[in-house]
Amino acid sequence: MRLPLTPSQTVGPFFRIGLSTTIGPHVAGDGTAEALRISGQVFDGAGEPVPDALIETWQPEGAGRCATDDEGHFAIVTVKPAPGEAGDASTLAPHLDVSVFARGLLTRLVTRMYFPDEVAANDADPVLRTLSPEERATLVAAGDDGGLRFDIHLQGARETVFFDR
Amino acid sequence: MSDSTRSAHPPNDYPAYGSSRLRAPKQPLHVLPGRLAELTSPLLAGETIGPLDHDLTRQHDGEPLGERITITGRVLDEDGDPVAGALIEVWQANAAGRYAHRGDQHPAPLDPNFSGAGRCLTDAAGGYRFITIKPGAYPWRNHPNAWRPAHVHFSVFSAAFAQRLVTQMYFPGDPLFGQDPIFNSVPEHARKRLVARWSLELTEPEWSLGYAWDIVVAGRAATPLDDDAGA
Repeated sequence: MRLPLTPSQTVGPFFRIGLSTTIGPHVAGDGTAEALRISGQVFDGAGEPVPDALIETWQPEGAGRCATDDEGHFAIVTVKPAPGEAGDASTLAPHLDVSVFARGLLTRLVTRMYFPDEVAANDADPVLRTLSPEERATLVAAGDDGGLRFDIHLQGARETVFFDR
Repeated sequence: MSDSTRSAHPPNDYPAYGSSRLRAPKQPLHVLPGRLAELTSPLLAGETIGPLDHDLTRQHDGEPLGERITITGRVLDEDGDPVAGALIEVWQANAAGRYAHRGDQHPAPLDPNFSGAGRCLTDAAGGYRFITIKPGAYPWRNHPNAWRPAHVHFSVFSAAFAQRLVTQMYFPGDPLFGQDPIFNSVPEHARKRLVARWSLELTEPEWSLGYAWDIVVAGRAATPLDDDAGA
């Protein structure tokens, strides 16, 4: 028998009270040689930064969590995940699964961050291949002063591609 | 994702909830190929959970004001299997309807003995239990004379990405349900799943009122393709 799912509700404006301590922005420790800083900003449909969003990253190596600051900035320190297995002949390019929570979002948004130096793997990736070049560009991070930059646009001309979980 | 999954969650495009207007994406969601359903397993540092982290009434020198309650339940997946070892985090307003957060401007008193946050890991049967006080209703500016029904925010974080859930638990019989767009964003048939049940069995004589609330998250590998593969 299938049990009925519990519906989602918004994380609201005051989630920092409860979601600030257990999981943090450091997936990789400071001493990790391959540690990579991924930073970005979250923007709303008016192009304004979203100061009360929560970004979570998932990968086999662990989870990261960071609330945006007053200018909508977040940053996660992690490592590039190993390539996944798609269960068929396709290559699954390394990526982070990303959840976005915020006041105004009744359910979480799910997206993915891909790596800009994985051109061949990205070209073969079964998810990226389904997207237009403009859509695909929203999911591939940019190099940024030794780290990576991954901005998230909730609406607008550069709206990030979000997935149906 | 099954049709029942689809219909359980509120749409992000829900104009009655004013904050959604500039934040809900306008483009349709893209469907991931089913075979690529994620099963990542972030590690949780269990040792960071303290033995009293589930008791919101014992975090300060004195007891918080308000109606002492317990909230008890299980986290299950759609197949009825317990989700063990999941991190449950809760946060809430105090008995007067005020959050201990710098952004809360409601002119109700803060309680020096109440921070309003708790956490625990589910046990082998998926069980969890929190001790807290019943939160108060509070006003917000979504529409004229808007009030949120009393609620406790819940976050469920298990080893499966597809199971990630943030939601709110409500109390039975709240007269504020009808005017609350957040509660009513959920399809009508599913709203009652967000309302806890008062339980005489869980109520401790001369001590605290008991509420029961089970949480059902997606199956670990529930994808349309997986379902088809068995046919």
